[in-house]
Amino acid sequence: MPVTVETPTEKWTGSVRKVTLGATAEQGGTRARTVTVGGETTLPFLHFEGKMPNPPAIAIEIQDYYPEDWSPLLKEAWGEALKDPAIWAERAEGYGADLITLRLRGVDNEDNETTPEEAATTVKNVLAATGLPLIVRGPGQAELDNELLVAVAEAAKGERIALGLCEGKNYRTIVAAALAHDQLVISSTPMDVNLSKQLIILISDMALPLDRILMDPTTGALGYGIEYGYSVMERLRIAALTGDTMTQQPMICFVGEESWRQKESKAGEGVPEAWGDWAKRGVTWEAMTATTVLHSGADIVTIRHPETGEIVKGLIGKLMAGS
Amino acid sequence: MPLSGLEIYKLLPKTNCKECGFPTCLAFAMKLAAKQAELAACPHVSEEAQAALAAAATPPIRLITISSDGRKIEVGNETVMFRHEKTFYHEPGLLVRVKDTQPLEEFEEVITKAASYSVERVGMKLNVSGFAVENVSGDPALFAERVEALRARADLPRVLISKDPAAMEAALAKLQGTVPLLYAADKDNWQAMAELAKKHNLPLAVRGQNDLTALANLVEQVKQAGLEDIVLDPGARGPVDTLISLTQLRRLALKKNFRLLGYPIITFPGEGAASEAEEVVLAAQHIAKYGGFIVLDRFDPATMYPLLTLRLNIYTDPQKPIQMEPGIYEFGEPTADSPLLTTTNFSLTYFSVAGEVESSGKPCWLLVCDSEGMSVLTAWAAGNFDAEVIAKMVKQFNIEEKIAHRRIVIPGLVAVISGELEDELSGWEVLVGPREAVDLPVYLKLWHT
Ligand code: B12
Ligand code: SF4
Repeated sequence: MPVTVETPTEKWTGSVRKVTLGATAEQGGTRARTVTVGGETTLPFLHFEGKMPNPPAIAIEIQDYYPEDWSPLLKEAWGEALKDPAIWAERAEGYGADLITLRLRGVDNEDNETTPEEAATTVKNVLAATGLPLIVRGPGQAELDNELLVAVAEAAKGERIALGLCEGKNYRTIVAAALAHDQLVISSTPMDVNLSKQLIILISDMALPLDRILMDPTTGALGYGIEYGYSVMERLRIAALTGDTMTQQPMICFVGEESWRQKESKAGEGVPEAWGDWAKRGVTWEAMTATTVLHSGADIVTIRHPETGEIVKGLIGKLMAGS
Repeated sequence: MPLSGLEIYKLLPKTNCKECGFPTCLAFAMKLAAKQAELAACPHVSEEAQAALAAAATPPIRLITISSDGRKIEVGNETVMFRHEKTFYHEPGLLVRVKDTQPLEEFEEVITKAASYSVERVGMKLNVSGFAVENVSGDPALFAERVEALRARADLPRVLISKDPAAMEAALAKLQGTVPLLYAADKDNWQAMAELAKKHNLPLAVRGQNDLTALANLVEQVKQAGLEDIVLDPGARGPVDTLISLTQLRRLALKKNFRLLGYPIITFPGEGAASEAEEVVLAAQHIAKYGGFIVLDRFDPATMYPLLTLRLNIYTDPQKPIQMEPGIYEFGEPTADSPLLTTTNFSLTYFSVAGEVESSGKPCWLLVCDSEGMSVLTAWAAGNFDAEVIAKMVKQFNIEEKIAHRRIVIPGLVAVISGELEDELSGWEVLVGPREAVDLPVYLKLWHT
């Protein structure tokens, strides 16, 4: 043939760091298996020019108390399991999750503040109910986060759980707890490449090794800022591949939390007919948000609906074919 | 890819004869690069140089337009790999496929539903872009009949899918005055298809088989037959294959200026998917990663709405959030006693609030502040929606003349500014509204002066 097409490839010099969550009995924990993410030497799924040694992982989110405020669709999907985080975690494992994300709400449904002891007990129960590695997020209020996550880090000693969220104003205590009890942390910043780098630097300055830090670039849901998160992630990943070492952490995206907060997935009535069937729309909203961030570099997606898990797992399987 | 001044200089005679009105060829080249001069001003420029300059001035991905009587889809002319590098310009068409073997009633029903579909988001009406009709029957007469039925029901651009030039010809007789895309020329039928496209002056899709070299050669042949308006189907179908081949095509066009593959791409996510859900997420991939015409096998509002939303998001200019004109907006017919609310001028924020205020049925005033198109918390964090800004807006839009009471409702997320705002606006009472707009109707019911 007269013309031959040479496939243009990028010569990346950097790579994403590998981070392993969980520890098996041999490694001093009790997990049935560990999950390693990261290690990419190219943009997502472009296997022809580099490696993507680990598939992105799916984490299913559970909470310590019944999530009264959740979409009825999620309540229907999980049923009674929502009342007991241990049963919930077990079901999530059954649905094919790679990881469990436990979100501590901070208060129960009678508004009693969670004590560190209660948080520790919940974490132990969840660890006993599933063999999957664990991510634990605090309620997102600085003081309470510190109190609860310190207790959690201690209770899960040896398990290599990831603690979050470390934010600019509030990371020292969480990082100290991770250091003391051999855990990982999640560094979280609001959709900004430089802020993201800065916090990774601050955390690693506290002597936490970089292979124990995950990066949360902040996720916007479909229709609610996804384009900002998407582009910041692409920029972070390109920076990582060009050798900017403080951007080389695997990225975690809290897709479920963002997409199930929106009216599209929360509300079944009083919405335009053009929005279509509620149940299908809700799951599609979450699955599409997950798909989009996976294409801009997500290494872990945390989701809420089991059907989303199935769709996204199928997609990841196919995207990894040929790796 | 535009040439730099030095690259242009290399193509000029380098005699510095000054006839162009510039002291040197180099000076002229610099002006050309800056688009402040015309090449025609130099009487000595060679034909070869003219051709090279013309080629460099054409966009690396050709703009392709298809149209019906009233609407069109334009794709191509993209200039970047990643939206943050500049922006993506021409959003992909989302088309719905129908087949001439479908029972007529079902065929017409899908068309009517999809064509009349319209959903509103941030003040914009989003619609299905067009249709693809497939000649599955192999019968030219039936194909033509169905294309006619489609035209009667939907004034939206079309793609005609058939391997058979005779069927295409029959269908085209029903589409006079419009510009459909012909799909597709392949290695067996390209000559007849190219002839047909040329005769009717229509764009033609060229279909490969997951081999870009073979595709480029096929395009070369089609071009030699005299066609310029080309659309590519690289032939890849599943998630990883489409991602890789669409990325390679975009790179070849933009980074290598490889003309033979510098055309928009058509995709069929349903053909690479095992289920409806997979088709939808694959279509999402094609929106983010370089699809031009995306042909969907199913139409369902519950999946069309998210796809249209994603397309809107990805194709928003990263430098310019979609925003509202700051000012005082009226809902219902507010009086001097009606509630006054305030928010930012980020469209998404405005429309979340406007939607709820409307559905509450309560007449209201809404003061939309100039916060550079940012959401409530983003603007607050950036100093574009604080007590000072809000107070300034109250004065700028003469609120005190329109409203008798002195109460303003601020978003619950910025409750912290209420004290400062009371200091800024003397004589005013600041009320903290709910955090989420959804809770506004209940809140407004309880509001009274
Ligand atoms: C997208 C986003 C951005 C985008 C901007 C998008 C835009 N055009 O505004 C970008 C990436 C540019 C950005 C930048 C920043 N961001 Co930002 N961003 C977000 C994000 C993810 C979503 C915001 C959004 O679009 N929300 C949707 C809109 C519709 O919500 P809303 O405006 O609040 O409106 C709702 C309610 O407030 C209510 N409402 C609105 N008006 C009214 C009025 C009344 C009367 C009532 C009752 C209710 C009501 O109704 C709406 C629906 O419920 C949030 C985090 C998150 N997940 O929420 C962070 C967030 C807002 N950002 C944050 C920060 C800190 C920043 C930066 C300062 C960081 C930085 N240095 O880069 C910059 C500031 C901008 C700058 N200097 O350039 C912080 C704010 C922290 C805080 N608590 O103050 C947040 C909360 C993230 C975080 N967790 O830290 N951000
Ligand atoms: S007219 Fe042409 S050759 Fe003469 S100086 Fe200008 S560019 Fe050079």
